[in-house]
Amino acid sequence: MPEAFEPKIVAFFCNWCTYLAADLAGTSRIKYAPNTRIVRVMCSGRVDPQFVLEAFAKGADGVLIGGCHPGDCHYQEGNYKALRRYELLRRLLNQLGIEDARFRLEWISAAEGDRVRVVVDDMVEKLRALGPRTPAYRREVA
Amino acid sequence: MKPKIAFYWCASCGGCEEAVVDLDEALLDVADAVEIVFWPVALDFKVKDLAAMPPGSILASFINGAIRNSEQREMVRLLRARSQVVVAFGICAQLGGIPGLANLSDAKGIFAEVYRDGVTPQTLYRENGHTLTLPEFFDTVAALDEVIDVDYYVPGCPPTPNLIRDAVSTLLGAELPPKGAVLAPDKALCEQCPRKDTRPEKLLLKEFKRVHQIVPDLQTCLLAQGLVCLGAATRAGCDARCIRGNMPCTGCFGPTSRVRDFGAKALSAVASVVDCNEQSVIAQIMDTLPDPVGTFYRYSLPSSLLGRRRME
Repeated sequence: MPEAFEPKIVAFFCNWCTYLAADLAGTSRIKYAPNTRIVRVMCSGRVDPQFVLEAFAKGADGVLIGGCHPGDCHYQEGNYKALRRYELLRRLLNQLGIEDARFRLEWISAAEGDRVRVVVDDMVEKLRALGPRTPAYRREVA
Repeated sequence: MKPKIAFYWCASCGGCEEAVVDLDEALLDVADAVEIVFWPVALDFKVKDLAAMPPGSILASFINGAIRNSEQREMVRLLRARSQVVVAFGICAQLGGIPGLANLSDAKGIFAEVYRDGVTPQTLYRENGHTLTLPEFFDTVAALDEVIDVDYYVPGCPPTPNLIRDAVSTLLGAELPPKGAVLAPDKALCEQCPRKDTRPEKLLLKEFKRVHQIVPDLQTCLLAQGLVCLGAATRAGCDARCIRGNMPCTGCFGPTSRVRDFGAKALSAVASVVDCNEQSVIAQIMDTLPDPVGTFYRYSLPSSLLGRRRME
Protein backbone atom coordinates (compact mmCIF):
# COMPACT_ATOMS: atom_id res chain seq x y z
CA MET A 1 0.00 0.00 0.00
CA PRO A 2 1.42 3.40 -0.93
CA GLU A 3 1.28 5.94 1.87
CA ALA A 4 -1.70 8.30 1.81
CA PHE A 5 -0.93 11.56 0.05
CA GLU A 6 -0.49 14.37 2.56
CA PRO A 7 -0.73 17.74 0.82
CA LYS A 8 1.60 20.51 1.91
CA ILE A 9 0.00 23.93 2.27
CA VAL A 10 1.96 27.13 2.70
CA ALA A 11 -0.30 29.53 4.61
CA PHE A 12 0.38 33.26 4.78
CA PHE A 13 -1.62 34.57 7.75
CA CYS A 14 -1.86 38.24 8.63
CA ASN A 15 -0.57 39.32 12.01
CA TRP A 16 -3.77 41.04 13.13
CA CYS A 17 -6.57 38.65 12.25
CA THR A 18 -5.94 35.24 10.76
CA TYR A 19 -2.76 34.50 12.69
CA LEU A 20 -4.58 35.37 15.92
CA ALA A 21 -7.42 33.13 14.81
CA ALA A 22 -4.96 30.26 14.35
CA ASP A 23 -3.59 31.07 17.81
CA LEU A 24 -7.10 31.00 19.23
CA ALA A 25 -7.71 27.66 17.54
CA GLY A 26 -4.64 26.39 19.36
CA THR A 27 -5.53 27.72 22.80
CA SER A 28 -9.11 26.48 22.34
CA ARG A 29 -7.70 23.01 21.52
CA ILE A 30 -9.50 22.93 18.20
CA LYS A 31 -8.18 20.09 16.07
CA TYR A 32 -7.47 20.71 12.40
CA ALA A 33 -5.39 19.05 9.72
CA PRO A 34 -1.63 19.42 10.38
CA ASN A 35 -0.85 20.12 6.70
CA THR A 36 -0.23 23.84 6.85
CA ARG A 37 3.12 25.58 7.27
CA ILE A 38 2.06 28.98 8.58
CA VAL A 39 4.07 32.05 7.67
CA ARG A 40 3.11 35.12 9.67
CA VAL A 41 3.07 38.33 7.64
CA MET A 42 2.09 41.78 8.87
CA CYS A 43 -0.76 42.03 6.36
CA SER A 44 -2.30 39.95 3.57
CA GLY A 45 -1.35 42.91 1.37
CA ARG A 46 2.30 42.11 2.13
CA VAL A 47 2.04 38.83 0.23
CA ASP A 48 4.02 39.45 -2.94
CA PRO A 49 2.90 37.21 -5.83
CA GLN A 50 6.53 36.06 -5.91
CA PHE A 51 5.99 34.42 -2.48
CA VAL A 52 3.09 32.41 -3.87
CA LEU A 53 4.97 31.36 -7.00
CA GLU A 54 8.03 30.41 -5.00
CA ALA A 55 5.95 28.24 -2.67
CA PHE A 56 4.52 26.39 -5.67
CA ALA A 57 7.94 26.21 -7.35
CA LYS A 58 9.37 24.58 -4.22
CA GLY A 59 6.69 21.92 -4.13
CA ALA A 60 3.73 23.27 -2.17
CA ASP A 61 0.48 21.56 -3.14
CA GLY A 62 -1.53 24.60 -2.12
CA VAL A 63 -1.14 28.18 -0.95
CA LEU A 64 -3.58 29.79 1.46
CA ILE A 65 -3.66 33.50 2.22
CA GLY A 66 -5.57 34.61 5.32
CA GLY A 67 -6.45 38.23 6.02
CA CYS A 68 -8.89 40.47 7.90
CA HIS A 69 -12.47 40.80 6.70
CA PRO A 70 -13.17 43.62 4.21
CA GLY A 71 -13.29 46.89 6.12
CA ASP A 72 -11.35 45.46 9.06
CA CYS A 73 -7.78 45.72 7.74
CA HIS A 74 -5.39 47.05 10.35
CA TYR A 75 -3.83 49.10 7.56
CA GLN A 76 -7.18 50.15 6.04
CA GLU A 77 -6.66 48.81 2.50
CA GLY A 78 -4.12 45.96 2.61
CA ASN A 79 -6.65 43.17 2.27
CA TYR A 80 -8.20 44.87 -0.77
CA LYS A 81 -4.77 44.96 -2.38
CA ALA A 82 -4.43 41.26 -1.63
CA LEU A 83 -7.84 40.63 -3.19
CA ARG A 84 -6.98 42.46 -6.43
CA ARG A 85 -3.70 40.58 -6.80
CA TYR A 86 -5.37 37.30 -5.93
CA GLU A 87 -7.97 37.64 -8.67
CA LEU A 88 -5.31 38.27 -11.31
CA LEU A 89 -2.76 35.77 -9.99
CA ARG A 90 -5.43 33.07 -9.83
CA ARG A 91 -6.02 33.52 -13.56
CA LEU A 92 -2.31 33.39 -14.33
CA LEU A 93 -1.88 30.22 -12.25
CA ASN A 94 -4.78 28.58 -14.11
CA GLN A 95 -2.93 29.12 -17.38
CA LEU A 96 0.11 27.44 -15.87
CA GLY A 97 -1.92 24.40 -14.84
CA ILE A 98 -2.50 25.25 -11.18
CA GLU A 99 -6.17 24.79 -10.32
CA ASP A 100 -8.28 27.20 -8.26
CA ALA A 101 -8.51 24.77 -5.33
CA ARG A 102 -4.74 25.07 -4.83
CA PHE A 103 -4.78 28.81 -4.29
CA ARG A 104 -7.16 30.29 -1.81
CA LEU A 105 -7.79 33.65 -0.14
CA GLU A 106 -9.88 33.67 3.04
CA TRP A 107 -10.98 36.38 5.45
CA ILE A 108 -10.72 35.07 9.01
CA SER A 109 -11.02 37.45 11.96
CA ALA A 110 -9.18 37.06 15.28
CA ALA A 111 -12.35 35.70 16.87
CA GLU A 112 -12.91 32.95 14.31
CA GLY A 113 -10.69 30.16 15.60
CA ASP A 114 -13.07 27.51 14.37
CA ARG A 115 -13.10 29.04 10.90
CA VAL A 116 -9.38 28.17 10.62
CA ARG A 117 -10.31 24.55 11.18
CA VAL A 118 -13.10 24.64 8.61
CA VAL A 119 -10.98 26.30 5.93
CA VAL A 120 -7.82 24.22 6.42
CA ASP A 121 -9.70 20.91 6.68
CA ASP A 122 -11.70 21.73 3.57
CA MET A 123 -8.62 22.74 1.61
CA VAL A 124 -6.72 19.60 2.63
CA GLU A 125 -9.65 17.46 1.57
CA LYS A 126 -9.85 19.14 -1.84
CA LEU A 127 -6.08 18.88 -2.38
CA ARG A 128 -6.16 15.20 -1.50
CA ALA A 129 -8.80 14.70 -4.16
CA LEU A 130 -6.66 16.58 -6.71
CA GLY A 131 -3.52 14.61 -5.90
CA PRO A 132 0.11 15.74 -5.81
CA ARG A 133 0.70 18.89 -7.80
CA THR A 134 3.93 18.48 -9.68
CA PRO A 135 4.80 15.38 -11.52
CA ALA A 136 8.34 16.65 -12.16
CA TYR A 137 8.61 17.64 -15.78
CA ARG A 138 11.66 16.88 -17.82
CA ARG A 139 14.06 19.79 -18.18
CA GLU A 140 16.21 18.38 -20.92
CA VAL A 141 18.91 21.01 -20.74
CA ALA A 142 19.94 20.73 -17.12
CA MET B 1 46.40 40.96 -32.36
CA LYS B 2 42.77 42.09 -32.26
CA PRO B 3 40.42 40.47 -29.76
CA LYS B 4 38.22 37.76 -31.26
CA ILE B 5 34.43 38.00 -31.16
CA ALA B 6 31.73 35.45 -32.06
CA PHE B 7 28.00 35.82 -32.70
CA TYR B 8 25.51 32.99 -32.61
CA TRP B 9 21.74 32.59 -32.66
CA CYS B 10 19.55 29.93 -31.12
CA ALA B 11 15.74 30.03 -30.87
CA SER B 12 15.17 33.59 -32.02
CA CYS B 13 13.59 35.60 -34.82
CA GLY B 14 16.74 37.20 -36.27
CA GLY B 15 15.91 40.59 -34.82
CA CYS B 16 18.99 40.55 -32.59
CA GLU B 17 21.19 39.95 -35.65
CA GLU B 18 19.40 42.85 -37.34
CA ALA B 19 20.13 44.97 -34.29
CA VAL B 20 23.87 44.37 -34.77
CA VAL B 21 23.61 45.44 -38.42
CA ASP B 22 21.55 48.45 -37.26
CA LEU B 23 24.70 49.83 -35.66
CA ASP B 24 25.26 51.33 -39.15
CA GLU B 25 28.65 53.06 -39.40
CA ALA B 26 29.43 52.18 -35.81
CA LEU B 27 29.57 48.56 -36.95
CA LEU B 28 32.66 49.48 -39.00
CA ASP B 29 34.32 50.82 -35.84
CA VAL B 30 33.46 47.60 -34.05
CA ALA B 31 34.77 45.57 -36.99
CA ASP B 32 38.01 47.60 -36.87
CA ALA B 33 38.50 47.00 -33.18
CA VAL B 34 37.82 43.25 -33.20
CA GLU B 35 38.19 40.18 -35.35
CA ILE B 36 34.91 38.38 -35.96
CA VAL B 37 35.70 34.66 -35.98
CA PHE B 38 32.23 33.15 -36.08
CA TRP B 39 28.90 34.62 -37.24
CA PRO B 40 26.82 32.11 -39.20
CA VAL B 41 24.15 34.63 -40.22
CA ALA B 42 26.57 36.99 -41.94
CA LEU B 43 29.89 35.23 -42.54
CA ASP B 44 30.91 31.83 -43.83
CA PHE B 45 32.45 29.94 -40.94
CA LYS B 46 31.88 26.29 -40.17
CA VAL B 47 31.46 24.53 -36.87
CA LYS B 48 34.76 22.73 -37.45
CA ASP B 49 36.55 26.13 -37.59
CA LEU B 50 35.16 26.91 -34.17
CA ALA B 51 35.96 23.46 -32.80
CA ALA B 52 39.57 23.82 -33.96
CA MET B 53 40.16 26.98 -31.88
CA PRO B 54 41.97 26.62 -28.56
CA PRO B 55 39.88 27.00 -25.36
CA GLY B 56 39.45 30.63 -24.27
CA SER B 57 40.73 31.99 -27.59
CA ILE B 58 37.58 34.05 -28.19
CA LEU B 59 37.30 37.17 -26.04
CA ALA B 60 33.51 37.31 -26.13
CA SER B 61 30.64 35.35 -27.65
CA PHE B 62 27.35 37.17 -28.13
CA ILE B 63 24.62 34.55 -28.09
CA ASN B 64 21.01 35.44 -28.84
CA GLY B 65 17.90 33.28 -28.68
CA ALA B 66 16.54 30.75 -26.23
CA ILE B 67 17.56 27.08 -26.09
CA ARG B 68 14.86 24.78 -27.42
CA ASN B 69 16.72 21.89 -29.11
CA SER B 70 19.83 19.74 -28.70
CA GLU B 71 21.74 21.38 -31.56
CA GLN B 72 21.52 24.78 -29.85
CA ARG B 73 22.65 23.20 -26.60
CA GLU B 74 25.67 21.63 -28.32
CA MET B 75 26.63 24.88 -30.06
CA VAL B 76 26.47 27.06 -26.96
CA ARG B 77 28.49 24.53 -24.98
CA LEU B 78 31.15 24.66 -27.70
CA LEU B 79 31.12 28.47 -27.72
CA ARG B 80 31.36 28.53 -23.93
CA ALA B 81 34.46 26.34 -24.03
CA ARG B 82 36.14 28.60 -26.62
CA SER B 83 35.24 31.94 -24.98
CA GLN B 84 36.54 33.97 -22.07
CA VAL B 85 33.23 35.84 -21.79
CA VAL B 86 29.72 34.81 -22.83
CA VAL B 87 27.10 37.52 -23.28
CA ALA B 88 23.41 36.59 -23.34
CA PHE B 89 22.36 38.98 -26.06
CA GLY B 90 18.71 39.99 -26.16
CA ILE B 91 15.84 38.96 -23.94
CA CYS B 92 15.39 35.45 -25.44
CA ALA B 93 18.89 34.47 -24.33
CA GLN B 94 18.49 36.35 -21.06
CA LEU B 95 15.04 35.21 -19.90
CA GLY B 96 13.65 32.92 -22.61
CA GLY B 97 11.80 35.55 -24.63
CA ILE B 98 8.80 35.02 -26.87
CA PRO B 99 9.89 31.48 -27.90
CA GLY B 100 9.62 30.72 -24.17
CA LEU B 101 5.83 31.01 -24.36
CA ALA B 102 6.06 27.54 -25.93
CA ASN B 103 6.41 26.41 -22.31
CA LEU B 104 2.62 26.68 -22.16
CA SER B 105 2.72 23.50 -24.27
CA ASP B 106 5.27 20.72 -24.87
CA ALA B 107 6.97 19.01 -27.82
CA LYS B 108 4.06 16.65 -28.44
CA GLY B 109 1.48 19.42 -28.24
CA ILE B 110 3.44 21.71 -30.54
CA PHE B 111 4.03 18.99 -33.16
CA ALA B 112 0.35 18.04 -33.06
CA GLU B 113 -0.61 21.67 -33.66
CA VAL B 114 1.96 22.42 -36.37
CA TYR B 115 2.02 19.16 -38.33
CA ARG B 116 -1.57 18.08 -37.62
CA ASP B 117 -1.88 14.57 -39.05
CA GLY B 118 1.18 14.90 -41.27
CA VAL B 119 4.67 13.49 -40.84
CA THR B 120 6.30 14.68 -37.64
CA PRO B 121 10.08 15.18 -37.38
CA GLN B 122 11.97 12.18 -36.00
CA THR B 123 15.34 12.47 -34.30
CA LEU B 124 16.48 9.23 -35.94
CA TYR B 125 15.43 7.78 -39.30
CA ARG B 126 16.83 4.72 -41.07
CA GLU B 127 16.31 3.99 -44.77
CA ASN B 128 18.26 1.66 -47.07
CA GLY B 129 21.12 1.36 -44.64
CA HIS B 130 21.39 5.13 -44.29
CA THR B 131 20.83 6.91 -41.00
CA LEU B 132 19.44 10.44 -40.82
CA THR B 133 19.37 12.43 -37.61
CA LEU B 134 17.71 15.64 -36.49
CA PRO B 135 18.28 17.55 -33.25
CA GLU B 136 16.00 16.64 -30.37
CA PHE B 137 13.15 19.12 -29.93
CA PHE B 138 12.79 19.81 -26.20
CA ASP B 139 9.55 19.94 -24.23
CA THR B 140 10.83 22.95 -22.35
CA VAL B 141 12.46 26.13 -23.68
CA ALA B 142 15.31 27.43 -21.51
CA ALA B 143 17.13 30.71 -21.07
CA LEU B 144 20.85 30.57 -21.90
CA ASP B 145 22.11 30.59 -18.32
CA GLU B 146 20.23 27.41 -17.56
CA VAL B 147 22.46 25.63 -20.07
CA ILE B 148 25.85 27.31 -19.79
CA ASP B 149 27.56 29.79 -17.52
CA VAL B 150 26.76 33.36 -18.63
CA ASP B 151 28.91 36.37 -17.75
CA TYR B 152 26.81 39.33 -18.90
CA TYR B 153 23.34 40.11 -20.15
CA VAL B 154 22.22 42.65 -22.74
CA PRO B 155 18.41 42.93 -22.53
CA GLY B 156 15.89 43.95 -25.14
CA CYS B 157 13.77 42.69 -28.01
CA PRO B 158 16.09 43.54 -29.61
CA PRO B 159 18.83 45.43 -27.73
CA THR B 160 19.00 49.03 -28.93
CA PRO B 161 22.06 50.32 -30.87
CA ASN B 162 23.18 52.54 -27.96
CA LEU B 163 23.07 49.61 -25.60
CA ILE B 164 25.07 47.40 -27.97
CA ARG B 165 27.72 50.08 -28.52
CA ASP B 166 28.06 50.58 -24.77
CA ALA B 167 28.25 46.84 -24.17
CA VAL B 168 31.02 46.36 -26.73
CA SER B 169 33.07 49.27 -25.42
CA THR B 170 32.57 48.03 -21.84
CA LEU B 171 33.92 44.62 -22.81
CA LEU B 172 36.88 46.14 -24.66
CA GLY B 173 37.58 48.49 -21.73
CA ALA B 174 40.11 47.97 -18.97
CA GLU B 175 37.65 47.30 -16.18
CA LEU B 176 34.98 44.64 -16.59
CA PRO B 177 31.70 44.94 -14.69
CA PRO B 178 30.96 42.31 -12.00
CA LYS B 179 30.01 38.91 -13.37
CA GLY B 180 26.30 38.49 -13.92
CA ALA B 181 25.73 42.19 -14.61
CA VAL B 182 22.91 43.29 -16.89
CA LEU B 183 24.47 45.93 -19.14
CA ALA B 184 21.61 48.46 -18.90
CA PRO B 185 20.46 51.03 -16.30
CA ASP B 186 19.16 49.46 -13.09
CA LYS B 187 15.97 51.52 -12.77
CA ALA B 188 12.40 51.34 -13.99
CA LEU B 189 11.39 52.57 -17.43
CA CYS B 190 8.82 54.95 -15.90
CA GLU B 191 11.77 57.05 -14.68
CA GLN B 192 12.94 57.57 -18.28
CA CYS B 193 9.46 57.93 -19.74
CA PRO B 194 8.74 61.20 -21.57
CA ARG B 195 5.18 61.01 -20.20
CA LYS B 196 6.11 60.44 -16.55
CA ASP B 197 4.83 63.84 -15.39
CA THR B 198 1.33 62.94 -16.58
CA ARG B 199 1.18 59.83 -14.41
CA PRO B 200 -1.26 60.58 -11.58
CA GLU B 201 0.00 60.30 -8.00
CA LYS B 202 -2.66 57.70 -7.31
CA LEU B 203 -3.52 55.82 -10.47
CA LEU B 204 -6.94 54.16 -10.42
CA LEU B 205 -8.70 52.30 -13.25
CA LYS B 206 -12.12 50.73 -13.62
CA GLU B 207 -11.25 48.77 -16.77
CA PHE B 208 -8.33 47.83 -18.97
CA LYS B 209 -8.25 48.51 -22.67
CA ARG B 210 -6.37 46.77 -25.46
CA VAL B 211 -4.36 48.66 -28.05
CA HIS B 212 -6.87 48.11 -30.84
CA GLN B 213 -9.73 49.51 -28.79
CA ILE B 214 -8.61 53.11 -28.35
CA VAL B 215 -6.48 55.74 -30.03
CA PRO B 216 -4.37 56.86 -27.10
CA ASP B 217 -3.59 60.49 -26.49
CA LEU B 218 0.02 61.28 -27.44
CA GLN B 219 1.05 63.02 -24.24
CA THR B 220 -0.65 61.21 -21.36
CA CYS B 221 0.66 58.22 -19.40
CA LEU B 222 -0.59 55.13 -21.26
CA LEU B 223 -1.46 53.21 -18.10
CA ALA B 224 -3.58 56.16 -16.99
CA GLN B 225 -5.43 55.79 -20.31
CA GLY B 226 -6.25 52.17 -19.46
CA LEU B 227 -3.60 50.40 -21.53
CA VAL B 228 -1.53 47.75 -19.78
CA CYS B 229 1.86 49.49 -19.86
CA LEU B 230 4.53 47.56 -17.93
CA GLY B 231 7.00 50.44 -17.64
CA ALA B 232 6.75 50.43 -13.85
CA ALA B 233 8.13 46.88 -13.65
CA THR B 234 10.52 46.99 -16.61
CA ARG B 235 14.19 47.92 -16.71
CA ALA B 236 15.06 51.19 -18.43
CA GLY B 237 17.55 51.52 -21.28
CA CYS B 238 15.36 51.48 -24.39
CA ASP B 239 14.75 55.26 -24.40
CA ALA B 240 11.03 54.48 -24.17
CA ARG B 241 10.84 53.71 -27.89
CA CYS B 242 7.46 51.99 -27.80
CA ILE B 243 5.94 54.79 -25.73
CA ARG B 244 7.29 57.35 -28.19
CA GLY B 245 5.50 55.29 -30.84
CA ASN B 246 2.32 55.53 -28.73
CA MET B 247 2.43 51.85 -27.79
CA PRO B 248 2.53 50.54 -24.21
CA CYS B 249 5.64 48.85 -22.77
CA THR B 250 5.42 45.04 -22.97
CA GLY B 251 8.44 44.45 -20.74
CA CYS B 252 11.15 43.35 -23.20
CA PHE B 253 13.99 44.69 -21.02
CA GLY B 254 13.05 42.35 -18.18
CA PRO B 255 13.13 43.28 -14.49
CA THR B 256 15.55 45.38 -12.46
CA SER B 257 18.12 43.61 -10.27
CA ARG B 258 15.84 43.66 -7.23
CA VAL B 259 13.16 41.47 -8.80
CA ARG B 260 13.36 37.69 -9.14
CA ASP B 261 10.21 37.04 -11.20
CA PHE B 262 9.26 39.69 -13.74
CA GLY B 263 5.70 38.49 -14.35
CA ALA B 264 4.83 38.45 -10.66
CA LYS B 265 6.01 42.03 -10.20
CA ALA B 266 4.34 43.27 -13.36
CA LEU B 267 1.10 41.57 -12.32
CA SER B 268 1.34 43.16 -8.91
CA ALA B 269 1.86 46.61 -10.41
CA VAL B 270 -1.12 46.25 -12.74
CA ALA B 271 -3.45 44.72 -10.12
CA SER B 272 -2.73 47.59 -7.74
CA VAL B 273 -4.29 50.22 -10.02
CA VAL B 274 -7.71 48.54 -10.07
CA ASP B 275 -10.15 50.93 -8.44
CA CYS B 276 -12.60 48.60 -6.74
CA ASN B 277 -13.04 46.69 -3.49
CA GLU B 278 -15.88 44.39 -4.55
CA GLN B 279 -14.70 40.88 -5.42
CA SER B 280 -17.21 40.23 -8.20
CA VAL B 281 -16.47 43.58 -9.86
CA ILE B 282 -12.71 43.09 -9.49
CA ALA B 283 -13.15 39.74 -11.23
CA GLN B 284 -15.00 41.44 -14.08
CA ILE B 285 -12.23 44.01 -14.45
CA MET B 286 -9.56 41.28 -14.48
CA ASP B 287 -11.54 39.54 -17.21
CA THR B 288 -10.65 42.47 -19.47
CA LEU B 289 -7.06 41.10 -19.35
CA PRO B 290 -7.60 37.99 -21.47
CA ASP B 291 -4.14 36.42 -21.35
CA PRO B 292 -2.21 37.03 -18.09
CA VAL B 293 0.71 34.72 -18.96
CA GLY B 294 1.10 36.24 -22.43
CA THR B 295 0.84 39.72 -20.94
CA PHE B 296 3.11 39.44 -17.91
CA TYR B 297 5.48 36.65 -19.00
CA ARG B 298 5.69 37.66 -22.65
CA TYR B 299 9.50 37.57 -22.52
CA SER B 300 10.30 35.66 -19.36
CA LEU B 301 8.30 32.45 -18.85
CA PRO B 302 11.30 30.03 -18.94
CA SER B 303 13.19 32.03 -16.30
CA SER B 304 10.15 32.60 -14.10
CA LEU B 305 9.78 30.83 -10.76
CA LEU B 306 7.47 28.19 -12.23
CA GLY B 307 9.18 28.08 -15.63
CA ARG B 308 6.42 26.46 -17.58
CA ARG B 309 2.90 25.11 -17.56
CA ARG B 310 2.60 21.93 -15.55
CA MET B 311 3.06 18.93 -17.83
CA GLU B 312 0.32 16.30 -17.92
